[in-house]
This record gives sequence, structure tokens and C-alpha cells, in this order.
Amino acid sequence: MMTLKVNGRDHQLDADPETPLLYVLRDDLELNAAKFGCGSGQCGSCTVMVDGHAVLSCVTPLVVLEGRQVTTLEGLGSVAEPAPVQRAFMEEQAAQCGYCIAGIMMRAQALLQRNSKPTDDQIRAELELHLCRCGTHMRILRAVHRAARLMDTADASPATNGGVR
Amino acid sequence: MNSPVILDRRRVLAGGGALIVSFSLGGAFAQEQSSSAAAPASVPPGLKGTPFLDSWIRIDADGSITVLTGKAELGQGVKTAIQQIAAEELDVAFAAVKVVTADTRHTANEGYTSGSNSMKDSGTAVQNAAAQVRELLVAEAARRLDLPAENLRAENGAVVSPDGRRLGYGDLIAADMLHVQAQPNSRLKDFAAFKVVGQPVPRVDIPAKVTGGAAYVQDVRLPGMVHARVVRPPSYGAQLTECDTSAVEKLAGVIKVVRDGSFLAVVAEKEFQAIKAMNALSAAAKWKETAGLPNHNDLANVLTGLRSEDSTIFERGNPSAGGGRTIEATYTRPYQAHGSIGPSCAVAQFVDGAMTVWTHTQGVFPDRQGIAEMLRMPPADVRLIHVEGSGCYGHNGADDAAADAALIARAMPGRPVRVQWMREQEHAWEPYGPAMVAKLKASLDGNGKIADWNFEVWSNTHSMRPGGAGSLLAAQHMAQPFAVPAPKPIPLPEGGGDRNAIPIYAFPNARVVHHFIPEMPLRISAMRALGAYHNVFSIESFMDELAGMAGADPVEFRLTHLEDPRGRDAIEKTAQEFGWRSSQQAPRDRGFGFAFARYKNLAAYCAVASEVEVNRETGRPRLVRAVAAVDSGQVVNPDGLINQIEGGIVQSMSWTLYESVTFDDTRITSIDWQTYPILHFNSVPERIDVYIINRPGQPFLGSGETGQGPAAASIANAIANATGKRLRQLPLTRKRIKDAIDA
Repeated sequence: MMTLKVNGRDHQLDADPETPLLYVLRDDLELNAAKFGCGSGQCGSCTVMVDGHAVLSCVTPLVVLEGRQVTTLEGLGSVAEPAPVQRAFMEEQAAQCGYCIAGIMMRAQALLQRNSKPTDDQIRAELELHLCRCGTHMRILRAVHRAARLMDTADASPATNGGVR
Repeated sequence: MNSPVILDRRRVLAGGGALIVSFSLGGAFAQEQSSSAAAPASVPPGLKGTPFLDSWIRIDADGSITVLTGKAELGQGVKTAIQQIAAEELDVAFAAVKVVTADTRHTANEGYTSGSNSMKDSGTAVQNAAAQVRELLVAEAARRLDLPAENLRAENGAVVSPDGRRLGYGDLIAADMLHVQAQPNSRLKDFAAFKVVGQPVPRVDIPAKVTGGAAYVQDVRLPGMVHARVVRPPSYGAQLTECDTSAVEKLAGVIKVVRDGSFLAVVAEKEFQAIKAMNALSAAAKWKETAGLPNHNDLANVLTGLRSEDSTIFERGNPSAGGGRTIEATYTRPYQAHGSIGPSCAVAQFVDGAMTVWTHTQGVFPDRQGIAEMLRMPPADVRLIHVEGSGCYGHNGADDAAADAALIARAMPGRPVRVQWMREQEHAWEPYGPAMVAKLKASLDGNGKIADWNFEVWSNTHSMRPGGAGSLLAAQHMAQPFAVPAPKPIPLPEGGGDRNAIPIYAFPNARVVHHFIPEMPLRISAMRALGAYHNVFSIESFMDELAGMAGADPVEFRLTHLEDPRGRDAIEKTAQEFGWRSSQQAPRDRGFGFAFARYKNLAAYCAVASEVEVNRETGRPRLVRAVAAVDSGQVVNPDGLINQIEGGIVQSMSWTLYESVTFDDTRITSIDWQTYPILHFNSVPERIDVYIINRPGQPFLGSGETGQGPAAASIANAIANATGKRLRQLPLTRKRIKDAIDA
């Protein structure tokens, strides 16, 4: 039995410690955002944040997460109360199928939390690992820039900045 | 943009604030195509096969409106566009309409969501059904108010009289009032009065996708649901000879091992348990494999060496006469993968002899037919419900995953079974876009114009979709297998391997031959744009080669040979916005490229200009910027259209620069993103600008695939412009470019 902190809540889990975080999020906690894409860290669609850093949940076993804070896209905001990064992706209509988007948004969130004014080159470099098959890249880049502006102008409270609620 | 208004699908009968139109389209349901045979004043397409208005639109007594489309949301935005069309013709707010998509129990059979036909087929059907529903509501209000219908108007969900009396749609509706057959004529709104159509309405599917809502079939969770994984054979045709399942059955969480011939799967309580059991089962399975794959480095000779059924699909003048200067060229395309980011997935449940499957198939009705045949069940006992999946770009593993789930669920009565493929299964087993070869030969006359044109294309079919069970992997692998159906070429005018093979240009002498190859060395089917991707790449590359021989500017050279006024507009708009000049010189190590096509020669027009940088030391190409103009007829959602064209250009760039399926003599070897590399963010262009040429009141033209071919040729032409070397073998990899530079 271990305790996993996800989106500010503690969850008691009785799972094999080698289980990758992705399956616990999807199967045990019934969270949708982190997606199975490749299972080997090649596409980025499973990305979540652990202690503020972008992490590939499909290759991160549960055993290394004891005491750490996991944040998924659900933890940033909701349709009714979207976080800046979520608002930005809606406003830019930065999705087609959107399967890759949750992972990209989590890496963008992690980037913006440590660098509030990234350059275009820094955003591209940060997203390098992430694959998008619909070719929505131009909009994704615009949305990350917009999210940076929204976070810059938003109230500095954790909730509006997309912190864990 | 001042081309004449040609109402080729609609014939204006009378005016007066609304158009009364009649229709000349045949049935909408056909594989990868829809008929455009003329039949004046017949019922609108879609409505013909499903004529009752309440099959498309339902209004409840509380005024709530439901629109039912047989098409599926694939991330292309069709659900939003259909909702806009319905809201417009019903004169209600966008948010007042709820759209239900493909479901064999509830919606019309609109075949596949493919071929860029959704707006033309379902959009037009819903538009007409909505207009006729509005007319019925107005007529009912006229009866109740004892006023002439002409004096009433529909407004925001009510019919309003000149003195301000309002009767809400919910008040007007009566039982069976919409259970009437569609009429040949609809009184469509005047496009000048459009409020919703033509607006960049935000897509209805995006909020859930960016907040972790349940947006995909991968997110379906049913009470008591279990997880299954399939162990696919290691190669095509491999037979399962031996498999001791006893150890696997004892693993934690494992409920059942399902084996039927060479179909092997395992069911577990939890997903990761199923994956671990799948790995154990895979290690226990012994297969007999057969080496039967061709040499992937010699596809041009492989394809042209296979038996083909040849037909001359176009002939004008005397193309064998030969003009002055003549050139020939051969262009090839490898097998390429849809490469969905999310592996295919389905959930199935078998209860009391009835099967329900939640699936991201593009065709719930044809896939139901295949699954019912596989299970030897009546189709009426099988229900398929479309739920969005990861983008598919054609026929990927969706239908197969649905069949897998159904076959496993039958062995687990009552329990919902979720199956998701693994990455390597999607890469190895999806039906690829077929490899193709095009051979061209043309001559210039004394004025530098094309005197004769010969085009020959070799290709498999471009659709092996279900229909029958034999199209489904699970059915092929069962102990009593279903045979793969004989492939058929997709008929013109839409075509498959010959899609866009007939030039849109007005050449005095031209001949086009389609070499249809029945034998399929690799599993193939429909991939976005089908043969048009390679045919447009070939034609538009060769046009540049000929322009070069003629000493002509590529844009002027195309305009010289093109009569179609809308095509000319698209070319001129793109050239103008790109800043194309006939005297231009690209910066050092950069090149400019141009290409154009009208998708299927009957859907949307698209021209693409691009600037590509080539690193002469490494050969690495980089698309710097692209400009496109698209004419899709009456635009419904301009931002959705731009998103499709932007995405089409970026995806086509990835196909064109990086992608080919690889294999040895037995197995597929491109089985993940390292062995099948695609575009990464470091190669994304600096900008893409898409310009819409709107044609208010004109028929909706399909747009989802129109960018693929022009983008490929535009990039190839820019590389040739940058390097002075013409590459004709896709993909145009760094190594091939470097080798060409060094040659």
C-alpha cells in the first residue's frame, strides 16, 4: 500500500510498484488526460508533471513517486474554470484530434512555471519530444505564447496560474 | 474572385428572400466516393437513402433540437460544422442544437466518413432537412394563426408574425410532424442572411480535449469493464503452431486467454495486468512464418513487375504524335503509415445475444456488417457507436480493434471489454497507404507550351475497408478464417490509385493509363487523399520540370495551361500572398516552390507556395514557410477550414520528407517512432498562412484532403529550386538530397 498525491489529493493504492504511473492515473484514478501513445517515451502523449517537472508517465514506475506531487491536466482547471494554458489552447483552437494535446499542455505548463517568457526557440526545443500527427504545430506554438501572456497578466494566485487546486 | 456563379448542384427556381433549389445528386453512400450523376429535381443526397426528416432532425416539445448525422467526428471539426448548418437553416442559436454522430441505432447510414465528402454529403443533407423542417414549422404556424406563410418568419427558435406574435418550435411541433419524406425542393436561406454559417465558431469537441474530459473511446469506462490485449502474429500470414497458456492464466489479474486459430488475446482485470500477460503470452507463442515480402529498396521495379489490369482512363487528341523537346520521368512513393498517435482502441459488450461496440471506425454501418459476419450474427443484433479516437487520416487499425473487442467480448458474456493496441501493433498491422509509381512523358511545342502529355500510374486499390469480415484482422486469423476480399479499384470520377491522375490542365494531347495491381504484398487501404497525394506530387513536380525546360516561370506556366477560373484564382491568390515574382531569386541555400490541384478534380481547390532551406553540408531540408489559398465553395467554419489546410500541409511535409514503411523479407521493421520517424517540433515551419476564397451560396466542397498533394509537390519543387537537383523518389530524405547534391 502506498500513498500517491495527485492533483492535491492523497490516494491509497494497492498496486504493483513497477506499474507505470500512466495506468494508475487512467485505470485506478479514472483520469483521462494522460494518454497511452507508445509506452516507451517516444511520443509525449502521457506527459504529466511531478513536482513541477514534465514527466513521461508511461515509463515512470509508481515506486519512485512516493511523497511526490503529481499534477495532470485535470488538476490545472476545468471547462468552467480553465487555467491560462487551457484557455489559451481553446482560444487558439489548438487541436484537431487532440490526442497529443494533454501531454503537450503539461510540458508547456512546466516550462511556463519556470520561465514565464520563453522565446519561440525555447518553446520548440521544449516540445521537441512531442509528436502531433494532425499537424497542429503552428497553433500549438501560438497557444503556448498566448498562455505565457495570460499567465503573465493573470492574478498571481496559484489557481489562476494553473497551480494545483 | 469574380468568377461567374455556377449553380451546378442547385437550380434556382424562384427567388424572394430564399432560394428554392432542386438537386441533382445521386446516393451518397459509396466506398470512398459519392456519385455526382445528374438526376434533376431528385431528393437531396443523403436524404435520398434516408428520406424521413425525423431521421435527421428531431424537435421535442420543450423546443430542444437534435440533429443526427451518419458522419463521425475525427478531429476534423465536422460535428461543429454540421451544427452550424442546422442552426442556420432552422434559425436558432448555434448552442440550441445538439448533434448526434454515427450510431447504427440512431443515425442514417452515411457510409464512411472519408473522401472529404462529409460537408458535401451530410452537410448538404442536414442543410436541406433543416430548411424543410423550418418550412413545416412555418406552415403549422400559418395554419394556427390563419395567416399566409409568406407573412411569417422564423427567428431564434420561434415563428413570428408581423404583429409580433411568437410560436416556439416546441409549441408548434406535433407527433410525427417531421416523420415525412424529404421533398425534392428546399427553400434554403439566402446566404446574405447567414449568421452562423461562415463564422469561426469554436469547435464543440475542444473544451473536453484540453481539460481531461472523456473525449475519446480510450476514455470509455463501463461498470465491470475488463482490459484485453491481443498478441498479433509476428508477420503477415504467420500461423500459431503452439502456445502453452497455463502459466499466463495464473498471472495476477488474468481472467481468460482467448484463442481462436491464430487469434490470441488475454483478458485481465486491469490494463497493466493485461499488458504484462500479453508479453508473457507472446513469449509462449510459437509461430510459423513465411518470407513473402518484396525488396523495399526496389519498389518501383517490384510494383511495375506485378501483374496489372490496365485501363486508359483519359485520352484526348493524339498524345503519341510527339512534339518537339520531350522529357520523361518516374516518380515513386513508398508505403506510408497513418501513424495515429493513439493506438486503436474499442470497447465491446455482449449481453443477451446482442453485441454493442464503441469504436472510432470511420464507418459504423460497414464495420457492423463485417463484425456481424465474423460473429455469424444478424447485423440487427450488432450495434456500433462511434466515439472519437486519435486522428486516423484514413483506414487505420480502428475497424480491426473493434473486431478484436467484439470477438473477445463474445467470450466474456456480460463484461464490457476494452482493447487497445500497442504502439508496435499499430505500426506493424495498420493498412498502409499503398506504394505507387508514376511514369510521365511530355513534349513542348515551339511556343514552350505542353503539346502532349502521357501519364501512367501503378497502384494497388486504395480501399480495403470492411464491408465483409474478410477485411478484419481478427476474422482473418480465426481458426475458420474469412478470406481477404478481392481488391477492386475505386471507380472514377473519384478514383483510388488514379485519383487526380487526369490532369486538370488543358493539354491538346493527353493520355492517362491506370495500371491497377490486384496483388497486395503489404496490407494496404485508404490513407488521406489516396492516390491523389502521389499523383499530384508527380504531376506538379513534372510541371516544374517542363516549365524549366520551357524557360518559364512555374506559376505563369501553370496559368498558361489552366482554364478553370476558380483554379486560376487559387493560384493567383497564393502567388500574390507569397510574394511570388517571375524574376525572383531565393536567398542562398533556399528555394521557392509552387503547386496546385483541385482535389479529385471535383472537390476543393488548393494552391501551395513554399520556401525551403537546404543545408548543403548535411542535405537536411527545412520548410521555412508556406502560403496556401483554398476554395472550398461556401465556407461553413473558416477557422476549421484553415486548421485542416494548415494541418494537411504540415502532415504532408512529414510524409514527403521523412516517411517510409520498412520491412525485411518477412516482417515489418518500422514498428515505432524511432524506426518510423515523423516530423518533430524542431522542423516545424516559421509560419503557414492560409487564405480562403469564399464562394457564398456555392456547394460545399470537400477540404480535408485537398492540401496533401499540393504541399508535397510545392516542397519538392522548392528543394529542386534550392539545389538544382530534381528528386523523384519519396520521401525526399536528407540522405537523398545530400547524395543528389554530391552527385
